[in-house]
Amino acid sequence: MSKNGPIALAFHTLFIIFILAPLVIVCLVAFTSKGYLSLPTDGFSLRWFRAILDNPDFIDAFWLSIYIGLASATIALGLSVPASLALARYRFPGRGGLTAFFLSPLMVPHIVLGVSFLRFLTAVGWNGTFIGLVLCHVIIIMPYSLRLVLASVTGMDRSAETAAVSLGASPWVTFRRITLPLILPGIAGGWVLAFITSFDELTMTIFVASPSTTTLPVRMFQHITETIDPLISSLSAVIIFITVIFMLLLDRLYGLDKILVGQGR
Amino acid sequence: MAADTARTRVLPPYLLSAPALLLYLGLFMAPLVMTLMLSFNSFDFYKGILPGFGFGNYLEVVTDEYFHEVFLRTFGISLAVTLLCAILGTPEAYILHRMRNPWKSLFMLAILGPLLISVVVRTLGWALLIGDSGVMNELLLGAGLIDKPIHLIFTTTGVIIALVHVLIPFMVLSVWASLQKLDPAVEQAGLSLGASQFTVLRRIVVPQVMPGILSGCLIVFALTASAFATPAILGGRRLKVVATTAYDEYLNTLNWPLGAAIAVLLLIANVIIIATYNKVIEKKYAQAFQ
Repeated sequence: MSKNGPIALAFHTLFIIFILAPLVIVCLVAFTSKGYLSLPTDGFSLRWFRAILDNPDFIDAFWLSIYIGLASATIALGLSVPASLALARYRFPGRGGLTAFFLSPLMVPHIVLGVSFLRFLTAVGWNGTFIGLVLCHVIIIMPYSLRLVLASVTGMDRSAETAAVSLGASPWVTFRRITLPLILPGIAGGWVLAFITSFDELTMTIFVASPSTTTLPVRMFQHITETIDPLISSLSAVIIFITVIFMLLLDRLYGLDKILVGQGR
Repeated sequence: MAADTARTRVLPPYLLSAPALLLYLGLFMAPLVMTLMLSFNSFDFYKGILPGFGFGNYLEVVTDEYFHEVFLRTFGISLAVTLLCAILGTPEAYILHRMRNPWKSLFMLAILGPLLISVVVRTLGWALLIGDSGVMNELLLGAGLIDKPIHLIFTTTGVIIALVHVLIPFMVLSVWASLQKLDPAVEQAGLSLGASQFTVLRRIVVPQVMPGILSGCLIVFALTASAFATPAILGGRRLKVVATTAYDEYLNTLNWPLGAAIAVLLLIANVIIIATYNKVIEKKYAQAFQ
C-alpha cells in the first residue's frame, strides 16, 4: 500500500484539528479562573468545577439522566434479546417486515418523535412522568441495541447449543448456560450504546420533559439559550470525560467503527 | 398431533417478539397516528385545539411566505452541509484507509468518538470558537490578521460549519466502509500501467466508493434536515429551520395542530428522500451488488 503524500497529511492534520478544536476549547475554557468566558491564560483553576456542585438543579438533572439511561437501556435489552432470537432463529411469515419495523424509529426525525410522544403522553396523563420518559427513550434506543444483539445471535456458533440439548438440558437451561454467555458481548455493547444514546438525547426529550423531570441535555440546552458561561463549559468537560471513558469501553468490547456503521439511518 | 407441532414451531417467534411489538404499537405507532390526526384539527387562540377535519394547517404552511422561507432555508443548509461533508469526508476516509495501525485506529477513534458526545456539548464548542469575542476572533485579532471580529454566530455560515462538524463522522464512516471492499491490486495495476495517482483516484477509486459516498450523503442530508440543537443554539431567534419552527409552534405559540402539520411534512419529506435515494442507488449500482 502506498503512503500518504505531504498534501494528504496536511489535509489530514487540518481535518483532525477541525474535529477536535471545539471539544478542546470547551475543556480549556472550563479551567479558567475568571468570572467570564476566557482561556486559562494565568494558570488552571478548578473554581468552575466546584461551581457545578453549587447548582443542585444540574446535579439533579444529571442523576435523572443516569436513571433514565439505566432503566431504558435495560428495558430495551430485555426486549431486544427475545426479539433477536425470534428474528435470527426462526423463518416465519412477516419476519422481514418485523425486522424493518423494529429498526424504523431510526427513519423518524427525533423532532417528530418528540411532538408525537408529547401528544400521546398528554392524552394518557403520563406527561412529565419518569415512566413516560423511560418508555419514550426505549423506542429511540431499541434499534441500536437490537442491531448489535441481532448481529451477535446471527454470528453465533450453535454447536454447543445442540450438544446441550442432546445431553438433555431444558430450553431454559440451554439459554441461560450456553446461549446467553455466548451473546453477552453483543448484549453488553448494545447496552452501553443504548445508555449513551439515551444519556445524550435532547431533541425528543425537550418535548416530554417537565420542570421536575428535566434531563441533563435539556437543562444544558435551556441554560445555553439563556447564557453561555464557564459553568456550562466545566459541565460539558465533565460530560466529555465520562463519554470518553464509555467510548474506550465500547471500542474494547466491540470496535467503535462496527457499532456506528449505519447509525442515524 | 401434527397441528400441535406446527403450532409450536410457528408460535415461539411471535411470542418472543410480542413484548417489543406491543411496545412499538402502543408507544410508536399510536403517537404517530395521533399526530397525523392532530394535524387535521384546527386551533383557536382563545379556545385551544378544536376538533374537526380540514387541511387548513397544511394550506397555511404551503401558502405562508414565512414557512416557505423556513423550508427553503432548511433545504439550502442541508444541501450545503451534505456537499461539504462529501468534499471533506471522502478524501479523509481515503487517507485513513491508507494509514497503518496504530495511527489508523487512533484517528478513527478521534473522528468517530465525537458522535457519542452530546450535540449540545459539541455545539457549545462552536459557540465558544466562533462567537464575536470567541477564541477564533481573539486569535485572529491578536495576530493582526483582521481588524474587526468576523461575525459568524447567528449566521447561516456558522450553523453550516457546526453542522458539518456534527455530521461529517457519518460521511467518513460510510466511505470508509466501502473502501474496505476495495481490492488494492486494481489500484496497483492502474499505477503500474502508467496512470498518474490522480487518474487512479478518479477512474478506479472514486467510482468504486460511490455507493458509500451516496449513502453517506443520504444520512447527512436526512439528519441535517431535521437537526434541532445546533440551529437552535447557533442560529439564534431569527434563523429558524423546520425543526426549530415546529418547536416554537408547540412550546411557545402552543398551536399544536400547526406544529403537527410541520412535523408530518418533515417526516414525509424524510421518508420520500430515503425511499427515492435507495431506488436510485439500487438501479444505478445493481451490477455492483451482484
